[in-house]
Amino acid sequence: MSSNTKPVLLYGGILLIGIFLPLALPAFQTQISVMWMMVTFALTWDILGGRMGYNSFGNIVFFGVGMYAAASVQHELYFDIGQFEVISDQFNLQLTPDKYLFGLGLGMIIGAVICVALAWVLGSGILRLRGHYFAICTLGLGVAVGELAGTIDYIGAGSGMAAPVFPSAMGSAGLFYSYFFFILVVASFFSLKWLYSTRFGLAINAIRDDEDKAEAMGVHTLRHKTVAWTISAFFLGITGGLFGNMTGFIEPLEVAFPTITFGIFMVAMALLGGKGTLWGPVLGAILFHIIKETTWTYFLGWQWIALGVIIIVNVVFFQQGIMGYLEDKYPHWFGVEVEESNAIDDQAKEATQ
Amino acid sequence: MWDNILVLVHAPIFNVQLLIDGILVGSIFALAAYGMALVWGVMDIINIAQGEFVVLGGYVAVMMAQSGIHPFFAIFVAPVVLYGVGWAFYQTIIKRVVDKDLFTSLLATFGISILVQQLMNQIFGADIRRAPHGFGTWGFFDNLVTIEQVKLLAALAALALGGVMVLFLKKSRLGQAIRATAQNARAARIMGIDTDKVYAATYGLNAAICGAAGAMVAMIWVVEPYIGLVYTIRAFMIAIIAGLGNLSGVVLAGLGLGVAENFAGFIMGAEYQIAFVFSLLVVILVGRSILLGRKREYLK
Repeated sequence: MSSNTKPVLLYGGILLIGIFLPLALPAFQTQISVMWMMVTFALTWDILGGRMGYNSFGNIVFFGVGMYAAASVQHELYFDIGQFEVISDQFNLQLTPDKYLFGLGLGMIIGAVICVALAWVLGSGILRLRGHYFAICTLGLGVAVGELAGTIDYIGAGSGMAAPVFPSAMGSAGLFYSYFFFILVVASFFSLKWLYSTRFGLAINAIRDDEDKAEAMGVHTLRHKTVAWTISAFFLGITGGLFGNMTGFIEPLEVAFPTITFGIFMVAMALLGGKGTLWGPVLGAILFHIIKETTWTYFLGWQWIALGVIIIVNVVFFQQGIMGYLEDKYPHWFGVEVEESNAIDDQAKEATQ
Repeated sequence: MWDNILVLVHAPIFNVQLLIDGILVGSIFALAAYGMALVWGVMDIINIAQGEFVVLGGYVAVMMAQSGIHPFFAIFVAPVVLYGVGWAFYQTIIKRVVDKDLFTSLLATFGISILVQQLMNQIFGADIRRAPHGFGTWGFFDNLVTIEQVKLLAALAALALGGVMVLFLKKSRLGQAIRATAQNARAARIMGIDTDKVYAATYGLNAAICGAAGAMVAMIWVVEPYIGLVYTIRAFMIAIIAGLGNLSGVVLAGLGLGVAENFAGFIMGAEYQIAFVFSLLVVILVGRSILLGRKREYLK
């Protein structure tokens, strides 16, 4: 197999999976959508966590903000929110397909723009912090935004708000969303693949390796860090808008800003697959989601304890992740040629001369 | 919100009430923060599971109250139980991350935090629990200012416990070993100190301190499995404001946070309390980094 056909086969295979998996398993379409969403989570977390060395626990903020923004835009377009509040029980959220699609598209775009702006504003403050200060600050940010969202009446405060109902004329909602999420995965994967190959990718890698040296070499570190976070926020905002519509009901602490579920899953998945690698987050997310969903049913309430154990075991014993492990073990798979012992031989020669 | 500020301006006596409550409550925050600073200074680990140890201590008090023992004694029992818990977590998990980078230990303690949270949820249930204590309330100025006896008792106990900890670290052999390890672990090892034992004792002691704080929390307020993170964040905030190894700073920052939270709770309303704590964390961290940035330094 030549090196040119390999990626074609790989991408073709994944494309086929993306197209036919939801068709083959119609009962699991929602699960498949969530799986693709997890992949986007892990990919976007890895921009900061893996590539830039900034471990964020608060990326979930953009997910929730995007979700609320999209749903609010959809409501504002076609419904009177005041009316919606009063008779929320009988209120009909049915729309025609073109209205629904237009609202969803516009909502996601506006949500993504808001997220980018928010990431820029927050980032220029929070990204000045380093290491664990950044990590804990983002943790605080995630919880704070979730709590604050629960006090805003416009978006339904603590009791949440409903997203428009998927129009039945458009066929299966599960199929629609699983394809939509798959497109999002493909878009974010290739954007990031391209991004990491540019000068920008090298700059954020330099920030991870030694931020002071990077700054001394002329990298405008704060600007690079902020841009990296806005990219992450952009994809998370769109993901949030989609997920809000798929779930149909948006609630601040459990759905929109779930720090201890999705927020920590992002980190766990990227670590499981191997942070700082391109395929690691994809692999980690798919594996994590499959393990989680297949074993969840048998634990009966103990699944969250199992989750804690998985995170601890992963961090303590298997920190390099799957891809990191493979890269260590089989470097030639990744095009890395290791010439063992030559360096030592040369040194030995020099010593004897 | 504006009305509440006006109330404070026109009836200054309410300020006294908020101040007293804040100071009494702040001493409990200071206690948990002291433990966090201890672990941070000695082991270079930021313990996210701090709040979960506090809540676990609270459940000890709840269990004791349920079986007919006065929950006040939990202030002595919870530390013993929690020392064991902390020691066990050290031997199984923390031991393996203590010399790794900070992110590893941070995430490992985050894992412990989730684990303990969910275990408590399974064992004690998700309901809000309290430890009924039967202490009364003193009223002053026609009951405009009231002091709950249990809060005063808790503050005094916190003070005593802090004093005992300081004496222990200064005078006892183990305390001296802990301080030596904090200064330079390598040198301490060379001088014959078993740093592994020191770390285990430090982590256990931290859990024990949290346990005592938790027993007070269960008597004054309530405990529930998922409330831990707030206490972690409070402890972290106090520790970074005070700096590590600065006891009077920890006490002052703790009391300050207690007072600030009480005033914020009164002015903005109780539903903003948790949001206030977490927003304050973000503001303090960003503010500090901007101040340090002027001096071309950064938080380390």
